[in-house]
Amino acid sequence: MALTLFYLTSAVAVFATVMMITRLNAVHGLLYLILSLLAVGVLFFLLGAHFAAVLEVIIYAGAIMVLFVFVIMMLNQGQKTIEQERIWLQPGIWVGPSLLAAILFVEMLIIVSYGESAEIGQVVNAKQVGIALYGPYLLAVELASMLLLAGLVGAYHLGRPLKATKTGRRS
Amino acid sequence: MNGIPMEHGLLLSIVLFVLGLVGVLVRRNLIMILMSLEVMLNATGLAFIVAGSRWGEADGQIMFLLILTLAAAEVGVGLGLVLQIFRRFHTLDADSLTEMKG
Repeated sequence: MALTLFYLTSAVAVFATVMMITRLNAVHGLLYLILSLLAVGVLFFLLGAHFAAVLEVIIYAGAIMVLFVFVIMMLNQGQKTIEQERIWLQPGIWVGPSLLAAILFVEMLIIVSYGESAEIGQVVNAKQVGIALYGPYLLAVELASMLLLAGLVGAYHLGRPLKATKTGRRS
Repeated sequence: MNGIPMEHGLLLSIVLFVLGLVGVLVRRNLIMILMSLEVMLNATGLAFIVAGSRWGEADGQIMFLLILTLAAAEVGVGLGLVLQIFRRFHTLDADSLTEMKG
């Protein structure tokens, strides 16, 4: 039962990734990438890593994908945007991602109705992760915070308008 | 416990990683390259989760958390770079950026 779910979800993840690579339009690729990430999140849940599954959906499929959507929409300003939107919203494009999302949704319903024993790996709950994270891995948490700060400063510096960078450049 | 063979989880991770690598090498759109990089990072996280689930340790999920922070920082800086490149060169083609000077 759970094995079938595992292989089905793996197939969804691989198929969505292949479709992501072969799309010509970045927005279509983004749709399939979100589905690939969601499928990997279901895999994490099936493997007993509930905390990682939640983080996968919230941060990867939520926050990082929103960043991509923002940038793609920022780069597409202009007169032809409305025409592009009309082309993008044709119903044929939505069939593939919707089908894959429906598969994942049915799997989630099956898992929820199946009860506690849906996992196929050993369950490592969030409490164990938190205890280990703030015990032996405390230095890694500090380093991760430094990395995020560096990323924030770098993104802010790179995101300035072009005029400011020209005047600020030395030679 | 009727777990999956660990090899199958790792095999899926390898397949996803190679797909991401092919995407990085084949595509020339900078945004698609960044998305393929996300797939590669996600595949490495999957390998860590599979190993952590195999031995019932929390270390796998912690490594996944660190990869997650790395991916967040990388995508922030990467998308900032993409915006700068688009402002300066008015294109997203990676092959057209052959004249970069300091």
